[in-house]
Amino acid sequence: MNNVLSLVLESTWQTLVMVFFSGLFSMVIGLPLGILLYTTGSEEQGGITPKPLLNNILGRIVNIFRSFPFLILMILLLPFSRLIIGKSIGTAATIVPLSVAAAPFVARVIETALKEVDPGVIQAARSMGSTNSQIIFKVLLPEALPSLVDGITLTIINLIGYSAMAGVIGGGGLGDLAIRYGYQRFNSVILFWAVIVILVLVELVQFAGNKISSKMLVRR
Amino acid sequence: MRIDLENLKKDYNGFKAVDGISLHITENCIYGIIGKSGAGKSTLVRMISLLESPDEGKIFYDKKRMDNLDKKSLILARRQFGMIFQNFNLFSSRNVKENIAYPMEINGYSKIEIKKKVQELLNTVDLADKGLSPISKLSGGQKQRVAIARALACNPKVLFCDEATSALDPQTTRSILSLLKDIQKKMNLTVVLITHQMEVVRDSCDFVSVLDEGKIVEQGMVKDIFSNPKHPVTNDFLSHLSNDNVKKPGYVLRFRGSLTDTPVISKLTREIGVEINIRSGGVQEVAGEEIGKILCDISGDEEQKKQAIDYLIKHGIVVEKEVINE
Repeated sequence: MNNVLSLVLESTWQTLVMVFFSGLFSMVIGLPLGILLYTTGSEEQGGITPKPLLNNILGRIVNIFRSFPFLILMILLLPFSRLIIGKSIGTAATIVPLSVAAAPFVARVIETALKEVDPGVIQAARSMGSTNSQIIFKVLLPEALPSLVDGITLTIINLIGYSAMAGVIGGGGLGDLAIRYGYQRFNSVILFWAVIVILVLVELVQFAGNKISSKMLVRR
Repeated sequence: MRIDLENLKKDYNGFKAVDGISLHITENCIYGIIGKSGAGKSTLVRMISLLESPDEGKIFYDKKRMDNLDKKSLILARRQFGMIFQNFNLFSSRNVKENIAYPMEINGYSKIEIKKKVQELLNTVDLADKGLSPISKLSGGQKQRVAIARALACNPKVLFCDEATSALDPQTTRSILSLLKDIQKKMNLTVVLITHQMEVVRDSCDFVSVLDEGKIVEQGMVKDIFSNPKHPVTNDFLSHLSNDNVKKPGYVLRFRGSLTDTPVISKLTREIGVEINIRSGGVQEVAGEEIGKILCDISGDEEQKKQAIDYLIKHGIVVEKEVINE
């Protein structure tokens, strides 16, 4: 029993590390990309500096990455992981494909959240002589914050799911545990606990995300 | 600030939204631009406020050409304007105070200056106790007051009102208009007021231009336009106007149905000998029946007046005394 507990604990920790860092990195890439997708979009959709060509290219790239099956993306990115982390298996190495897979998703989530901002409010900000960066940082992002939090919650939950798949390439974490012990060695106790912990993690993230965004909405 | 427009044109995929408009808006007045929806007034105000550039034509502010500015000077130029909107367009992520503070923040005012000015503005728009309130907790009129305070934050020289009262009820509209008039006088502002309501022009503007299909069909002082309208579009706007704002009529007479065809008043003057001065009146069809209303003064001695009122009541007319409409 002790053995099971320590295995599950260790794997949970690895999952948390993977999700945290890949979440962070995907945000670092996805947030500016999402803002860029929105601001370069057409004027009718709220774009403040429409650039159709750039918008089109960015949109295509994001779509290509998003429609890639995660498992294949992961395998294709193995050399890239090795280049950055120095190895291609383990928790740290998994963070690279996870971040790359989640970043385009984050970009779309951010873009969608920004599109919900009332165009009239942006017009008001422009009429007062706001610069584009003032519009983005003082108006758009604060106005979209509750939706942004919802989007980030969704991203983290997706990452928990993806990180479980990373077990296939020996990525560590709960998915890896479930595959190696539960599937390959028929240890149903460990399989059971691995799944339970994943479910609990997802529930916790969803709960926290809902709490934060609804609290923000109440104050408005 | 004086604004001159010279032959402005704007075209959207072949649709001439604004088709050669020249306009001279003198400083320190309230200038109304009235038109039906689709007449081009929103496009026009977006061009005057430098949010959109015209396809053709020139815009001058105090003789300085403004339509060909580069991006940076454009942003600086806009900071001399205030603008309020039909849907208020306040920031929901900020409370009342923070909304008013926004233009000062982007203009680099210090925290202390902002705090002082915000308080001052809250007093001006009569919302001193609402500073920390979230926007969603305010009524429409209060929201527009916040928007006015925000628009005035950086001491603008021009205030644009884009259908600013169209989403408000008549009482609130009146209070917002009187606030705008006060502020205009106090700050020597040039106010450009876009609307589709003739009441708004009547109650607040000094000058008016009537817009139709992207062109100005009539312009001049509000007094002159009201007393001698020339264009059918102007007439159409005026015909929808109620006359209830005449000052202090002595009596309001209401009557219905067949009575609208009976010459009760002319009989009354003959039979009782009072004089009746009709200030305004009209008949409207309400749910299939004609309902009439006359605002009038009745002159004569007290006894005659009493007789006259009895006479009217006997003939089925509802008489209300001294209703004050302003």
